[in-house]
Amino acid sequence: MKDRIKLTDMSRRDRKPLAHLENQDLMPLPYPLEAPEKDHAWAVLSDKVTGSVECGLDDTCAINIPQPKTREDEDELVKKFLAGLDKLFTKENNWTFLQPLVLSMEHCAKCQTCSDACHIYEASGENELYRPTFRSEIVRRLYFKSVKHGGVLSAWQHGDIDVNWPLVARLAELAYRCNLCRRCAQTCPIGADNGLVAHELRKVFSQELGINAKECHDNGSVLQLKVGSSTGMSSLVVKDNIEFIDEDMMDRTGIKVETPWDVEGADVLLIHNAGEILAWPENPGAFALILSAAGIKWTLSSELAGYDSINYGLWYDDAQFARVAIKHAQAAKKLGVKKIVLGECGHAHKALSVIADRVLTGDLNIPRESSMTLLRDIVMNDRLKLDPSRNAFPVTLHDPCNLVRLMGVVEPQREIVRKICPQFREMEPHGVDNYCCGGGSGFAIMSGNNFQDWRFHVSGRKKMEQVLNAFAECMDPSINKYICAPCSNCKGQFRDMLAYYDLWNKNRILYGGLVELIVNCMVDAKPGFIDWEWH
Amino acid sequence: MSVVVYVALWAGAAVFAVATAARAWMYARTPIHLRWELYPVPHEDPEKVKHGGSYFEDKDWWTHKHRYNLAGELRVMVPEMLFLNALREHNRKLWYRSFPFHFGLYMLAGTCGLVLAAALASLASPALVAGPVGTTLQWVYALSGVAGMLLALFGALGLLHRRLTDADLKTYTTAGDIFNLLFFVAAFGVLTAGVLLRAPGDPSLVALVRGVLTFDWALQVPGLLAAGIVLCALLAAYIPLTHMAHFVGKYFTYHSVRWNDQVNLRGSTIEAKLAEYLTYRPTWSAAHVGADGTRTWADIATTNPWEGAKK
Repeated sequence: MKDRIKLTDMSRRDRKPLAHLENQDLMPLPYPLEAPEKDHAWAVLSDKVTGSVECGLDDTCAINIPQPKTREDEDELVKKFLAGLDKLFTKENNWTFLQPLVLSMEHCAKCQTCSDACHIYEASGENELYRPTFRSEIVRRLYFKSVKHGGVLSAWQHGDIDVNWPLVARLAELAYRCNLCRRCAQTCPIGADNGLVAHELRKVFSQELGINAKECHDNGSVLQLKVGSSTGMSSLVVKDNIEFIDEDMMDRTGIKVETPWDVEGADVLLIHNAGEILAWPENPGAFALILSAAGIKWTLSSELAGYDSINYGLWYDDAQFARVAIKHAQAAKKLGVKKIVLGECGHAHKALSVIADRVLTGDLNIPRESSMTLLRDIVMNDRLKLDPSRNAFPVTLHDPCNLVRLMGVVEPQREIVRKICPQFREMEPHGVDNYCCGGGSGFAIMSGNNFQDWRFHVSGRKKMEQVLNAFAECMDPSINKYICAPCSNCKGQFRDMLAYYDLWNKNRILYGGLVELIVNCMVDAKPGFIDWEWH
Repeated sequence: MSVVVYVALWAGAAVFAVATAARAWMYARTPIHLRWELYPVPHEDPEKVKHGGSYFEDKDWWTHKHRYNLAGELRVMVPEMLFLNALREHNRKLWYRSFPFHFGLYMLAGTCGLVLAAALASLASPALVAGPVGTTLQWVYALSGVAGMLLALFGALGLLHRRLTDADLKTYTTAGDIFNLLFFVAAFGVLTAGVLLRAPGDPSLVALVRGVLTFDWALQVPGLLAAGIVLCALLAAYIPLTHMAHFVGKYFTYHSVRWNDQVNLRGSTIEAKLAEYLTYRPTWSAAHVGADGTRTWADIATTNPWEGAKK
């Protein structure tokens, strides 16, 4: 039995990681991944990395904080962190989340009810470091000590913690070991929210110290605000790509598709996660085909950020979040559309529909709707001729956390799948009790160092278990199986996980979106839209 | 002795009331935050609550009237308050200890209410609590008091045992947590002993409360009972100063956060509040935020520092 990690270990001065996981430590998986000894070995961080960036937390490193050169540099960083922590509890700096954060700081009963709900904690073999309250308890102690200026009595009541650079550096990394799925918060009897604590911690590091995940910031929100999309596509490039997709759709379905751009006064401004256009072009293609066939007056926008619904600021930075949300609303306002419809991207749904609801005011407050409801309306009202027998293969539905638990869009996608997929089966649990795919909060796009190893072995493990259980009776490779994941980030995680465990080649488990299933059974389209090839 | 008891009771009640109200006021006056709800939200349409759905499931949802389903909310809220349903569902082992503890506290609070009512009634008109009514009332508060005391004591000891022996809890348990539970055990234990070991001729609970209300300095309070009352009064004053005030916090975590799905409509009070918040001037230091203490949130959010910059 390994020694249980203690809260005080976070302040340890040596740079030796606090946690190390072996495959045998992890939560067991069902067939065909039941043998931990046959699982992939984890890549080890190189000496160059361990010698130059802060890797004192566990087996991986997500955000590459350079090691300070002197103790004075360390002290300066600690000072900045504590200044940022102070700001987090002022309304001028953090009106956005002040109330829920203070409530979570002051009322956790430390009952550990949340631990069993956390897929990361469970998958890690219940490693203490990944317990939802481990991170929060340190922040809580810092809150009482540093923000509330608690003395001896406060330390006795709330617990003490030594604040030094190793603690701060480890805390920064630990903020990126949570998918922000908030399943823990859902089970908390008091309503404390450890997911929120991780979110707010990320904000302190980003907004005060400029420390964040490069994939989310430099290559994410900054790139989006610079050129229009985190994919790097300018509006010219995206139009070219969509034109190619339209042609490809014609070839594959026999139905002419012409994606409309910048149509003023359209009923619907559809915004995709632009990653779809590059990684899964059949998804925007299928959307174009469905909306056109259903007679919807719709358009895409070529405005800056208007063709990419991603808003990575949601995960780490309020300023970046607000800037992108406003860009989305401005694109819609410029065209004078009746509503914005969000494509198959979970975090974009929550960002623009829920969180931005209290950012967008006046004429920027344009109605936003989920594509799930629009598609449900089209499918359930028979606005397309569909033949469900074309989808006669096992299908399971993944619930993106942002869409379901955090937004309450649960049934529309299910109604569609029940209608058009005769072999549909649920994962257990599902709906608002779902488990995160493991790629949530930016992890699906984060692959620096060996972070993918952690993502595959730990954060994605519970979902993999659910998928394998859902298909348990049809694992034979002669049967094609489909994970319907109506979210780009989730699809990215499924793509990487299925490839890592070779589950397409060995067991014919494929993943894709919802619109692909709809087009696959459209009577007017050539059969075989889903091509059952790995991509 | 009666002076000490009266002062402790009045002061304990006053500190409890003021500190509880201050805490509630502190949370209530924080700004409206960005939406952060978790589904299911029980005041949604009952059909949607069954699967945890929201009004976002409706096409053109903003064109529909959004009805607040109070009955649905009460169906979740009341059992949660009384029976700690979330804990029962997600942490049964702890619920076996926490539920009796909390339910015992409710019963004790109810007993205090009954005794207070009986004392006030007897002051107004002794005939009101004389005869069978008085006897019945006496039995009810005696039974609820004893049952509440036993449940709370059992629960507190159970929680203490778990805090001291369960490895999952020990890492996070502070000296203060242990003290808090010991405080409950001591206060309730002494009070129970004080009530049960009263000698014939010692004042009844109603007489005692009547004495508190009328400042009857002649009343003789037995030492053990007085110690129990003083401890309980100190406990009452102490609770709202600690995280044990989660009966206040929980109202806000549920109603203002988890279940707050209120839409920001044009011209609404939310929009007016947001307009105010957008004039706040943050001081975040990271360069990309562009907050120098003079620029408002509105300035920052509507400025794109990278627009026009080459990739």
